[in-house]
Amino acid sequence: MKEKENTVKRYVRNDILLILCLVLIAAIGLFYLYVLRDHGDTVRVTVDGKEYGNYSLSQDITEDIYTGKDGEYHNRLVIKDGTAFMESANCPDGICVEHSRVFRDGESIVCLPHRVVITVVTSGDSNTPDVVI
Amino acid sequence: MSKKTKNVAFIGVCTALALVLSYIEAILPPLFAAVPGIKMGLPNIIIMFLLYRRGPAAAIAVSLIRMLLVSLLFGNMMALMYSLAGAMLSLIVMIILRRLNFLSTVGVSVAGGVSHNIGQILTAMLLLETAELGYYLVVLTITGTVSGMLIGLCGAALIKHIPNKI
Repeated sequence: MKEKENTVKRYVRNDILLILCLVLIAAIGLFYLYVLRDHGDTVRVTVDGKEYGNYSLSQDITEDIYTGKDGEYHNRLVIKDGTAFMESANCPDGICVEHSRVFRDGESIVCLPHRVVITVVTSGDSNTPDVVI
Repeated sequence: MSKKTKNVAFIGVCTALALVLSYIEAILPPLFAAVPGIKMGLPNIIIMFLLYRRGPAAAIAVSLIRMLLVSLLFGNMMALMYSLAGAMLSLIVMIILRRLNFLSTVGVSVAGGVSHNIGQILTAMLLLETAELGYYLVVLTITGTVSGMLIGLCGAALIKHIPNKI
């Protein structure tokens, strides 16, 4: 009986350790994503991994993205007040439309059925050296 | 009733239960408004129960049949690929962890929930050829942990209270 109790205690301790580790990893990730990251300035649209277009976050636009064989897939990307969101889409799940607005560097909205990914980037962040202040 | 017949009936009932839980989950309001599409994984209560009561084979069987039926009924073959990848990874992780015998059902379920999400995101990264999806992993680690805990507690209750004879 005593031995069984000890095993249960060991289980619970390991469970708590595992959960704490995961929460810690997530907390570091969240801190990195939401506190350290600045606002991006450009929205990059990729379809099926290939670049479709870049749009500035500072200009309000409405862009209709037609994909698929005969352009039967439709996603409407809207940039307004420095944020980007998917206004409408004819994908089956509609998850991209429900997604909150994105504006931080690295944030993205994904439409899995249409393989459309929109990502906020900071223009030229990969090919120009960091600015020394 | 022969043992084999009984087993077939049992697996059938479990699959039906898992299917109903998938449906309930589909009609529930979304859990987390900022990142839509996140689900609790209610059918995994049944998978957990089976893994502990009937072993890996039964858990894998019910998991596969359920996913096939869900994609046939609600018609989304694209989604099937993602669920398959997630479910396979999480089942493998859970089977190994159960063998290693150092976590309770809750711990195993948490690891299963998180690895399910990792499997799905990795598949999406490969299919869409974008690394940017890593952003989702952070949010999914949290939701995977929380739902894994809840599923694990429900699974533990089932394992404890459903008589062994069934």
